[in-house]
Amino acid sequence: MPILDSPAKLEKFREEILSHRKQEKPCVTICSGTGCRALASEEVARTLVAEIEKNGLKDKVDIRRTGCHGFCEKGPIMVILPEDICYLQVKPEDIPEIVGTTLKEKKIIDRLLFKDAAGKSIVHESDIPFYKNQSRTVFGNNRFIDSKNIDDYIALGGYSALSKALSQMKPEEILDEIKKSNIRGRGGAGFPAGLKWETARNAPGTTKYVIVNADEGDPGAYKDRSLLEGNPHGVLEGLIIGAYVIGAHEGYVYVRQEYPLAIENLGIALEQAREYSLLGKNILGSGFDFDVSIQQGAGAFVSGESSALMTAIEGRVGEPRPKYIRTAVSGIREKPSNLNNVETWANIPFILNKGADWFTGIGTKGSKGTKIFSLVGKVNNTGLVEVPMGTTLRHIIFDVGGGIPGGKKFKAVQTGGPSGGVIPEKLLDMPVDYDEMTRAGSMMGSGGMIVMDETTCMVDIARYYLKFLSEESCGKCVPCREGIYQMLKILNRICGGKGKEGDIELLEEISGVVQEFSLCALGQTAPNPVLSSIRYFRDEYEVHIKEKRCPAGVCKSLISYYIDPEKCQACMICARSCPVQAITGEKNMVHVIDQEKCTKCGTCIEVCPQRFSAVTKLSGEKVPAPVHQKIKVRK
Amino acid sequence: MSKVTLTINDKKVQAEEGTTLLEAARSAGIEIPTLCYHEKLTPQGSCRLCTVEISRGQQPSRLVTSCIYLVEEGLVVQTETERVIKGRKMILQLLWARAPGSQVIRDYAVKYGVDREKFEVSSNFCILCGLCVRYCAEVKKKNAIGFVGRGSDRQVMFYPEIAAQECPQCGECWKICPTGVLPSNYAITRVPHFNWPVNPFFPQYDGK
Ligand SMILES: Cc1cc2nc3c(=O)[nH]c(=O)nc-3n(C[C@H](O)[C@H](O)[C@H](O)COP(=O)(O)O)c2cc1C
Ligand code: FES
Repeated sequence: MPILDSPAKLEKFREEILSHRKQEKPCVTICSGTGCRALASEEVARTLVAEIEKNGLKDKVDIRRTGCHGFCEKGPIMVILPEDICYLQVKPEDIPEIVGTTLKEKKIIDRLLFKDAAGKSIVHESDIPFYKNQSRTVFGNNRFIDSKNIDDYIALGGYSALSKALSQMKPEEILDEIKKSNIRGRGGAGFPAGLKWETARNAPGTTKYVIVNADEGDPGAYKDRSLLEGNPHGVLEGLIIGAYVIGAHEGYVYVRQEYPLAIENLGIALEQAREYSLLGKNILGSGFDFDVSIQQGAGAFVSGESSALMTAIEGRVGEPRPKYIRTAVSGIREKPSNLNNVETWANIPFILNKGADWFTGIGTKGSKGTKIFSLVGKVNNTGLVEVPMGTTLRHIIFDVGGGIPGGKKFKAVQTGGPSGGVIPEKLLDMPVDYDEMTRAGSMMGSGGMIVMDETTCMVDIARYYLKFLSEESCGKCVPCREGIYQMLKILNRICGGKGKEGDIELLEEISGVVQEFSLCALGQTAPNPVLSSIRYFRDEYEVHIKEKRCPAGVCKSLISYYIDPEKCQACMICARSCPVQAITGEKNMVHVIDQEKCTKCGTCIEVCPQRFSAVTKLSGEKVPAPVHQKIKVRK
Repeated sequence: MSKVTLTINDKKVQAEEGTTLLEAARSAGIEIPTLCYHEKLTPQGSCRLCTVEISRGQQPSRLVTSCIYLVEEGLVVQTETERVIKGRKMILQLLWARAPGSQVIRDYAVKYGVDREKFEVSSNFCILCGLCVRYCAEVKKKNAIGFVGRGSDRQVMFYPEIAAQECPQCGECWKICPTGVLPSNYAITRVPHFNWPVNPFFPQYDGK
């Protein structure tokens, strides 16, 4: 085990690792991120190990379990290096063929390749449109690294930024570089990281803390999880550099309990870094001491708010503090505490290695660098996407994401999680940038992107987020607790077909006060989903209220299912499938839905054979009176 | 302790450094409405009723809660601007729907000319100002009552084990409760298997 007590020893050790790793030796990488694990990638890996041994290839082929590759939709993902052959949705049964055909005979297996829209097979991972249209930087190393092996990170140049920082740069020089890069926080409001570091650095006191925010409570978001699971050392390296600048000797990583793999991999990473003298006393022989502990959060959304998170680290209930003093000046135990998001920290080594000028060369005027998004919802390629700031939403959703499945129409995208808002089709060419997003009534937030198609009801979406927030608010301050409660009541009423004239205005009125009078950013941003959906889809609200109609056919109180007597062929399938026996029907007789009994689950419309298509969804119109008649047999 | 001078509602006010805007205003005879503030307790900043508008030089003005924000030299404070009043009215309406019986809220509502019909009443009687919680923790140092749950389900509850020991001879929190809900809250806590002694302060709630 090497003790890296000087930058020279780190470099020597790196060369040593590289000299053992022959470029041409095949290496099979298998994604071991949470997404692929859920699709049995661990079994694939075990089968591969056994098969390789069986074939006597143990010394000729390396196997590496890597972090998340991002294309979670198509997992488990296998990439064979150095050729970069990418196999998707690999099953344990495929392994003998992969070993026999690809590893031994050097032939490609077509059926495991990605097929583009035209049906053409794509061999190399980097040529797949999902990847080709990205600029993977911070997330890029994930797929080459076994997250449980520090040597993999070091082999790729890991800890060289730390080494440079500690041996060649003064803290103030590093700070200048970070300020010059103009990197803004990747977890919340996009506050300039350099300014926060400076505040914490200049704050009086000798005990200071640096913290990684890995609470990631937005529904649908998982980029922090994947970074921490896949490349914990990248985050750690950034954190140590920050600690050195700020003068902190203790750090925390606040991870939600629901991320066991991230906690496990991070724990291993901390152990390995300590063993190598990259953490602990006298890091890389520089005289700088710093260590990190992991804090597990119980998964309340509000605990991700900075002052709440610090209260939780102190061992109290994670609720925001009613204080007008920044946590960078008075945070954990009233000591200066610098909190940044996982992705913010992970950017730091890149900035130091490549320089602030490189970083500012990417992105827009006010938003520099790349940004990772969790692209989910009604989009063909769900997964994690890293693109330069300023990329248009259209590029992300259509070129990287491959558009909307099932030939449906795009309707809106929710960005920034529950604190963000919906962005409609007419703004698809908007560059993704902190300030543009805010102007559009949404927010960058931590990079969630939930794509919605024409079957989504925007009032229902607003209601979903408010329900989430009414449960996740700490409940301390009145505008947030009671304001959200009343707004949710109004939205429930609108979706329930009991909306009243004036409800939209009332929602807007409450929103204004909740935004201005709430204690923390949860309340201050909580009305965003409502206000943005009113702003872009006001007509949809009006139709719900005035015509008692849900245009997307989502709000159960406003829809009915109806069997068209002209089309019904009395096949009995719907009647047998109805979970509440609401459909009466017999041979040759038109089936009828009892509207009183119907729970509007939609099973009948799903099971009605497509060639009949007799079931329709009605909204805003009266259901025709039931008829007891013989079917019209189609010719 | 040095003094700072600030302006509250166009009046020059002197205050000790480290005092809050609320204290400074009150000492100058300027009234600001409060619900969760109590002079003996750590401010909680949760009712937001004491919100005022502050500005300094050319900076845009902003809203802060006066029970927490500390005085600053040269600060300009307005306690009754249109923005402030609008929020206070809404807060009172929101609370009225929850605790329609509270006299304090009624009084403020009358003062601010609030239309009480705004929201349908869905009473849970308590406004979660937390005076009882802090009083028990900070003054009595007993922690017999606390918050449970979060979001719309947040509640104040007596912890039966401690309450059985401490509350019968105390009952002081009942006097500072702005909604008068505590006695019944306490009565609910008095689950049958605790054979509690009669409360000397409020014997009527301890009928066996
Ligand atoms: C309700 C709420 C939840 C939040 N959750 C998170 C979170 O899960 N992760 C995160 O990084 N920031 C979260 N934030 C933002 C943090 O308060 C803070 O701004 C951020 O961690 C700072 O890091 P950054 O500047 O690197 O983005 C949340 C904020 C609020 C108001
Ligand atoms: S009195 Fe200041 S917030 Fe309640």
